[in-house]
Formats: sequence, C-alpha cells, structure tokens
Amino acid sequence: MTVVLSTIALGLVLALVGYGVYLSFRVLQFPDLTVDGSFTLGAATAAALMLAGWDPFTATAIASLAGALAGLATALMATRLGIEGILAGILSMTALYSINLRVMGRSNLGLVGVSTIFSPADALVRRLAGGAEVMLWGQAVPSDVVAQALTALVAVLVIAGILWWFLRTELGSALRAGGDNPRMIRALGVSHEWLVTLGLMLGNALVAAGGAAFAQLNAFADASMGIGIVVIGLASVIIGRALVGQAAALPVLLASVLVGSVLFRMLVAIAIRTGLEPNDLRMITAVVVLIVLVVPGLFTRLTGSKLLSLRTKGGPRAAA
Amino acid sequence: MLRLEAVSKTFFPGTPGEVRALRSVDLELATGSWTIVIGTNGSGKSTLQGAVAGAFTPDSGRIWIDDVEVTGRPEHARARWIGRVFQDPFAGSAPSLTVAENLALAERRGQRRGLRQLIRAGSRARWRDALAEIGLGLESRLDDPIGLLSGGQRQAITLVMASLARPRLLLLDEHTAALDPRSAELVIALTRRIIERDGLTALMVTHSMAQAAALGDRLIAMHRGRPWLDVQGNAKRAWRAERLHELFSEMRREDRFDDATVRVVVPAYR
Repeated sequence: MTVVLSTIALGLVLALVGYGVYLSFRVLQFPDLTVDGSFTLGAATAAALMLAGWDPFTATAIASLAGALAGLATALMATRLGIEGILAGILSMTALYSINLRVMGRSNLGLVGVSTIFSPADALVRRLAGGAEVMLWGQAVPSDVVAQALTALVAVLVIAGILWWFLRTELGSALRAGGDNPRMIRALGVSHEWLVTLGLMLGNALVAAGGAAFAQLNAFADASMGIGIVVIGLASVIIGRALVGQAAALPVLLASVLVGSVLFRMLVAIAIRTGLEPNDLRMITAVVVLIVLVVPGLFTRLTGSKLLSLRTKGGPRAAA
Repeated sequence: MLRLEAVSKTFFPGTPGEVRALRSVDLELATGSWTIVIGTNGSGKSTLQGAVAGAFTPDSGRIWIDDVEVTGRPEHARARWIGRVFQDPFAGSAPSLTVAENLALAERRGQRRGLRQLIRAGSRARWRDALAEIGLGLESRLDDPIGLLSGGQRQAITLVMASLARPRLLLLDEHTAALDPRSAELVIALTRRIIERDGLTALMVTHSMAQAAALGDRLIAMHRGRPWLDVQGNAKRAWRAERLHELFSEMRREDRFDDATVRVVVPAYR
C-alpha cells in the first residue's frame, strides 16, 4: 500500500511536467527541449531557497518563475533570432546545466529534515490519525506518504482546473488555435510569436514547479535529474491520449494527462519489481513511449480500424 | 479605401531565380467596390494580395488602408481591417477547435485577447443564424471540432468567419480553386451574398474566367508584376469569359519571352 501510494504521489507530481509538455508539444505544437533543463532549474531553485530558510511554497513559486524565464529564453531565440525551435530548446537546456550548478553551488543538494510543501498536510494527517502511521485497508502507511499523495492530488487538480479555465479564455483559445494553425491566428490579428512566448513560459513554469515538487518529494536536487524528463512528460501525454482517443474534449484530454502520468509510474514500478533497476528507468521510458506510439498504427494496419489512431485529421500540421 | 503607391517586390534578388513579382504597382480601391484580379502564374496577383495582407514588406512603395499607412506593419497588426479567405480550405480554421470556437475567435479579429471566456452566452444564436445562411445544415454542428468537416464546409465557414467582424477589406485568394465544382459554386454564391449584403470592399484573386466575367464591378488582369488591364463598370461587363481566355493566351505567349523580346517581337504577331 505504501508503495502504491508513493507511486501515485510521484505520478501526480510528474503530471505537472506532463501538463507543461502538453502545453508546448501538443497545444502549441512546439518541440520544446528546454524542459530537461527547466525541470532541474525548478528543483535547484527551490532547494537552494529552502536551504537558505525560505518558506517552501514561496520557494516553489519562485522556482516556477525561474522556469518561465527559461521558457522565455527559448521563445526569444525561436521568435526573435529565427533559430529552429528544437535547437533553441537544446541551447537553453545546455546553458541551464551550468546555470543549475551555479544555483546550487555544487552538483546536488540534500533536503532531509527541511520543511516542504508536503509538511502542512503531514501535520494534518498526523493529527487526524493520532500518530505517524495511518491505517489504510488494514495496512499501516507512513503519514508523510499519505500527505504527499494528498498534497500532490490537490495541487494537480487545481492546476488542471486552472488550465481548463485558461484554455477556454480568449487568450487560451488563441493559444490552441495558434498551435493548430499559425497562419489563421495571424490573419485574426494575434501575433504567433507572442503565443509561442506565452506558451513556452507557461509550459516551463509548470515543468519547473514539477521539478521543485519532485525535489521536495525525494529530499534532494541533482544537476542531472532532468535528463530525459521531456520524454517522461511526453509519456504521460501520449499514454493519456491513447486512453481517450484523438477527438476527446478538452477536460477529458486534461484528465488523461494526469491518469497517463500515474499509469506510467505504475508501469515503471512494475518493471522495476520484475528485476529491472532504477538505472534502467530511461530505457523503460523510451520503450514505453515507443510502444504507445507504434501500436495504434500497427493495429490500424492489421485490422483496418482507426479505433486507436493517434493522428489528427484535417489540419495543416500533424500533431507532435 | 485601399491605396497602393509604386509598390515593388522582387523575390530572390540578385540570384538566377530572381522574380520581379510587383513592378511599381499603383492601385486604389473605392469603398464598396468588388475587384477581381486575374493573371497567369507568376503574374504577381497573389503577391499583390500578400503585400496588402502584410505577408511581407515591399521593397519600395507605400500602402494605406483608410488613410492609415500600413506599409511596415506585420500581418497580425493589419487584421483589424482585413478579413481573409485562403486558397487552402483548411488554412482558415483551427481543426482541433470546435466550429463555435473558430467563429468566436474570428468574431474578435484584430481585438485584444484577454482572460474572459471565449464562448459567452448569447453568441450562439447569432452564429447559428450565420451558419444557417450557408444552407449546409452546419448550424447543428457548432460543437463539433471543425477538423471533422469537409474542405467545402470549412471554406464556407471561413468565409462566414471573415465577415463576422465586418472587415473594411475582404481578401479572397483563389478561395474556390481547391474545391470540388459543387462546393466552389456554393462558396461563390455565399461570397456574392455576403459581399452584397454587407456592402464589403473586396479584392478577389481567381483562376476562373467564368468567375472573373460574372462577378465584381472591376477587373484587373495582372501581367509581369503590373496591372495590364484595369476596367470597371460597363467596360468590365464587356469582358466575357471567351474574351478573357483570348487575353490569357496572349499573356501566356508573352510569358515565354523576356521583356526585351516582348517589346520587339510581340507587336509583329498582333
């Protein structure tokens, strides 16, 4: 039960990365590789501030702002300097590696014993349960694990709700249309460059928030923790999309990212149980994403049914 | 309403592929006029639209809309005056958004996009009426992603979108060229209805001599980056489709030669 709950908590925290990637890769259709750097940036910023005595919520908020700035850097390179989007992201990611080392002052920071965003919930759970353990379905679960899962759930639901609201506003709808069809949104009077800037800032702010929460969940920040995180975020988005289909409505799609992220962590947990090591994590991630991308196409080819198809139709640009 | 003064544009200057797409074009459109632009491939007819829409800045010359100079302004900064329909029927709408969302985005063309909800109560009846006018039963599909509709249906909606926030200038860029004949006919009928109902000023590029003869009150034939024929009123009505075809053969014949050859040789064949 403890393992299941902590897997869910991790899945929920990484759903924040999923939402960031959802904004850039799927809504904006911009392959943003800044994510690998901004995830670590969020973790490093929050950890450094918390060790300097800052309140964990303020530290996490500032970490998100730092992520937004990283997104801004990529956006400026892509829109003002005319650099290919994927390369702009790689440049940001590369520079961020050094920046993250500067922020932390060394290659990793430990957060053991430091008060985190999960602490208030932990205190609450302890008071309700009358001790450091909670009985769930007949098993004793440490209160901090319960607190992590609860805090992460509330945070992710709030973020998903805000995204649902934002993506239906005039501005958020323009963002969706801009990803779908840049030419159309320009003709309607919105600068596509501005939309790219906005989308990358929001996306990387979410990713950095995910990084900050991840660091607090695991009580450490490390300069190389972000490597491959973009694929992990993509895995949530793609698994979610495979679950609900291409034509799903916005709230369903948003929920699917959350479910996809948790499901993906479950798959990873199972894989590790069957004898793979945590070092194999990135390999597992890549293989899972590959399978989810390829299987629907094979299914269509073998059966002629488009039930599992992931392709968008009718658009001048295919989905990422 | 729209004024171009000595607008020139050369693509790939200084290379063997140099194209002098617009050569010092002067043009003035009166408010409420409907101008048809025809021309052979590479004659500059689409470049003319691009210059007006702001797809690029001309090498020289100036452009005014309603006495506001827009020469250096980017495309999105001209959108408050201009409604556009492209040749590609999928280019004018966002496929993953619903029909209603596409209409709502278009209704705020050229305005600030804020944090108010895009779809607000009270708009739906208006959109349903606008869609009903197309006559394809699209008013029942407001909540479907527009990507599920056919090219003809989407082009018709794009036309409605372009007219929702009444544009000062409607730019139509061969907007029926990629449609099947039945959809093309429907879109043309809708074009005529919207332009006449709202008294719009329109600049319409077409490849169809039948459309050029039947529609509009002014006809411009572009050739080698310049208006070669510019007629309106009764003079325009004299240009039937067959005579336009002859004009085209002549323009195509000239396209085979360079400028100097044309001046010397072509008069000899007249």
